[in-house]
Amino acid sequence: MTPARGRKVVVIGVGNEFRRDDGIGPEVLSRLREHVGAGPDAGTEIMAQLVNSDGEPADMIEAWTGAALAVVVDAVVADPSHPGRLHRLVIGRDEASAAHAVSSHGLGVGEAIGLAAALGRMPDCLVIHAAEAADVGHGVGLTPAVAAAAADLTAAVLRDVQTAHGRKVSQPGP
Amino acid sequence: MTHRGDRTLAAAGLARVEGEGAMYVRVRDGQVDEVRLEIYEPPRFFEAFLVGRSYTEPPDITARICGICPVAYQTSACQAIEAACGISLPEPLADLRRLLYCGEWISSHALHIYMLHAPDFLGYPGAIELAREHREIVERGLSLRRAANALMEVIGGRSVHPVNVRVGGFYRAPSAGDLGRLAGQLRQALDLAVDTVRWVAGFDFPDFTCDHELLALQEPGSYPIERGTLVSSGGLAFPAAEFERHVIEEQVPHSTALHARLAGHDRSYLTGPLARYTLNSQCLPPAAAAAARAAGLGPGCRNPFQSIVVRAVEIVCAVEEALRLIDGYQEPGSPFVAAAPPSGTGHGVSEAPRGVLYHRYELDGDGVVRSARIVPPTSQNQAAIQDDLRGFVQDRLDLDDEPLTRACEQAIRNYDPCISCATHFLALSVDRT
Repeated sequence: MTPARGRKVVVIGVGNEFRRDDGIGPEVLSRLREHVGAGPDAGTEIMAQLVNSDGEPADMIEAWTGAALAVVVDAVVADPSHPGRLHRLVIGRDEASAAHAVSSHGLGVGEAIGLAAALGRMPDCLVIHAAEAADVGHGVGLTPAVAAAAADLTAAVLRDVQTAHGRKVSQPGP
Repeated sequence: MTHRGDRTLAAAGLARVEGEGAMYVRVRDGQVDEVRLEIYEPPRFFEAFLVGRSYTEPPDITARICGICPVAYQTSACQAIEAACGISLPEPLADLRRLLYCGEWISSHALHIYMLHAPDFLGYPGAIELAREHREIVERGLSLRRAANALMEVIGGRSVHPVNVRVGGFYRAPSAGDLGRLAGQLRQALDLAVDTVRWVAGFDFPDFTCDHELLALQEPGSYPIERGTLVSSGGLAFPAAEFERHVIEEQVPHSTALHARLAGHDRSYLTGPLARYTLNSQCLPPAAAAAARAAGLGPGCRNPFQSIVVRAVEIVCAVEEALRLIDGYQEPGSPFVAAAPPSGTGHGVSEAPRGVLYHRYELDGDGVVRSARIVPPTSQNQAAIQDDLRGFVQDRLDLDDEPLTRACEQAIRNYDPCISCATHFLALSVDRT
């Protein structure tokens, strides 16, 4: 998934840091800011747009339209739950109509994919990274299991960005 | 055959509303016996978060209550604290605040019209199905949101939970050039907004009228967005500082959100687009007024199903206002008015896309929040929604459960409830056992 020169790579962190583990998307984005440049002048090795999102489909579509690679980071609610367990789902442009994404947002990634497919506005490749949540109730701070998974999740997102550019980056710390 | 005399309707999930809650309808002997809109409303948690925080923090903290209307929370919070500080914004900063708010109105209304509400009128289960058959229509809605988001990014720093708003104004004021570059996109958006009014005006609307007292801001010569005096269709007129004298909030057993009524009234009241339009249609700017006339709206509108037309007219109004404000923009000497730590109580109110949003902060001598109160529009409208549903269901008891449940869901979406949390889900029950 190496993008043509100048093609967009975008990482979208979905979530609300005031809803405990739902904040894993913004947390990963925050960690990525130390490793991923937002443009050619950023002086870092890997370039990607970093976008915070509350999961609203129209905004997500705007963020990934025209992208060679879009990486979405979100929390998922699973039953039975293994808090902190990570999932990675790759959806190609032509597979979008069959995609069924699960998110902690009732109207979110799944609807964004369906709407983008209907509008012909899917990225060339969409990768969804998700961490199983323990608690999406009101409050700040990730639960210990999800916080412990944040470093691995950040590294996994970086690997996807790195692969898209065909370059190497240093591994993020915890 | 489900339209028997006694029955309960239950919908476990009402999609296409912002937030989390449930609705229950019980029918006994052919009469609607009980309607409950059950809501889990998070602003009360935020009121607790705010205690002990500095007077500078509520605009950023309360912006996180809702991803759809953060500017409304920031504006009401700023105005309340500025009132406690005894400062007022000079015209350029006040205009900038209104301009940012215009962006939020356009974005929120376009989202509701195109993604959440229009599918009801056109017989689609949702926006995805609408987009499959009418791609150009959904793209029009996305274009409106793109213009709104560009406006919010330039003024607010970003479109989701803007970060450039502070007590007394902004951290950084945009240059005239920054705003001027948005004008072309907004001129195109004005055409799209007028097209939107024309489109939704052609929908079929059920014959339904609500007679609630209406509550909205009013500002002479200006359609109310970010400031004004509270007025009602019953003749009330009062400033934000008297909000709690006139609006009584009450606990109800089935909802964590308080219900509201006007003092001295047993009946519910309604805030939001219908109230704003009916009390202020004479103040619409020219293009919005023309669009409203062409859509067949009179000076007032009391059919909740036509709220989609009023929202479309308000998009025209917001785009038109944005262009006017950009045209007259002069960069302020300072992006904010300095505010010393206040002591006392401040009240603020503005017109969120869904209606009147009230904030009150009590601050100690060090400018620390000692208590906070936030009254969002959806909380105020709960009782009115229930009242309308009671009448709406009563007139449609000949429908089977499934179509009746769908009709109830559509009726709820007329009010664009913003239940303000990360998940978007409403359960619905109709009981006619």
